[in-house]
Amino acid sequence: MHEHGHEHDAHAPITDREELTYYEKRVYAIQSLLIEKGIVTADEIRRAVEDMDSRTPALGAQVVARAWVDPAFKARLLADAKAAVAEFGIDTGSLSTLVAIENTGKLHNVVVCTLCSCYPRTILGVPPDWYKSLSYRSRVVVDPRGVLREFGLELEPDIEVRVYDSTADMRYLVIPARPSGTEGMSEEQLAKLVTRDSMIGVAKARTPNQP
Amino acid sequence: MPTLAAKFKPGDKVRVRVGSPPGHFRTPAYIQGKTGLVAAVHGAFRNPESLAYGGAGIPKQFLYLVRFEQTQVWEQYPAPLPDTLFIDIYEHWLEPA
Repeated sequence: MHEHGHEHDAHAPITDREELTYYEKRVYAIQSLLIEKGIVTADEIRRAVEDMDSRTPALGAQVVARAWVDPAFKARLLADAKAAVAEFGIDTGSLSTLVAIENTGKLHNVVVCTLCSCYPRTILGVPPDWYKSLSYRSRVVVDPRGVLREFGLELEPDIEVRVYDSTADMRYLVIPARPSGTEGMSEEQLAKLVTRDSMIGVAKARTPNQP
Repeated sequence: MPTLAAKFKPGDKVRVRVGSPPGHFRTPAYIQGKTGLVAAVHGAFRNPESLAYGGAGIPKQFLYLVRFEQTQVWEQYPAPLPDTLFIDIYEHWLEPA
């Protein structure tokens, strides 16, 4: 039983898993050793986690929104995404190489890392659990249309569905197609239509009328 | 130190080597033995097969974006679909096709 001074609905008790997994124990052991040997400090680790947690898909969304309104920026983004993204003051230091890939009326891109969970974290933050799942990683390469259908996206047979498997240093960012009915919208308004899922490629950007 | 030149260029037809070396490598089994076209040359990068074990990753390997027709990768892939698969593959895993 817990005492609460404030009103709220009854909820399930908050429980921690009792047992760490083998790999969790190993991570904590290595982390402790690194701190003990003075290679890193606990605060440095905390700050690195804090930095990663602070990155969200909103970073990518503003980049996409600018590409939609500014053709010269889009050209720079397609030529050298890492440099273009740096124009927003986004710290891309830890990023090896970023490549922006554009969806068009005839081409739909979707990104995966079949080997692990490579993802443009610097610009989108932490990947969703499903992206890291064996199910997504193994199925989207062999049946991309089936997987996209499960995400609610049906594509015409004459559209090329292009799966990028990020097996190496490159990180891929999908530039979703600009939805119709968005003429005259500001960059800020447009950025709200750009979702994380549309920048991975499992969805299109929202339309202005969608809730 | 002489700089190595990329062995392949965009448009070249290449086949992915079949192999399972001991240790870490970045060429998925499903694409091994398949034939595709070089779409882009990314440049030279340190070899992950050495980096994974604390090595320096030298000599650097050229990394290529290779394009495959899905119908060429998977036997059951429905034929008229124009779908493709683009994968980044290191030079030492590619041979001319």
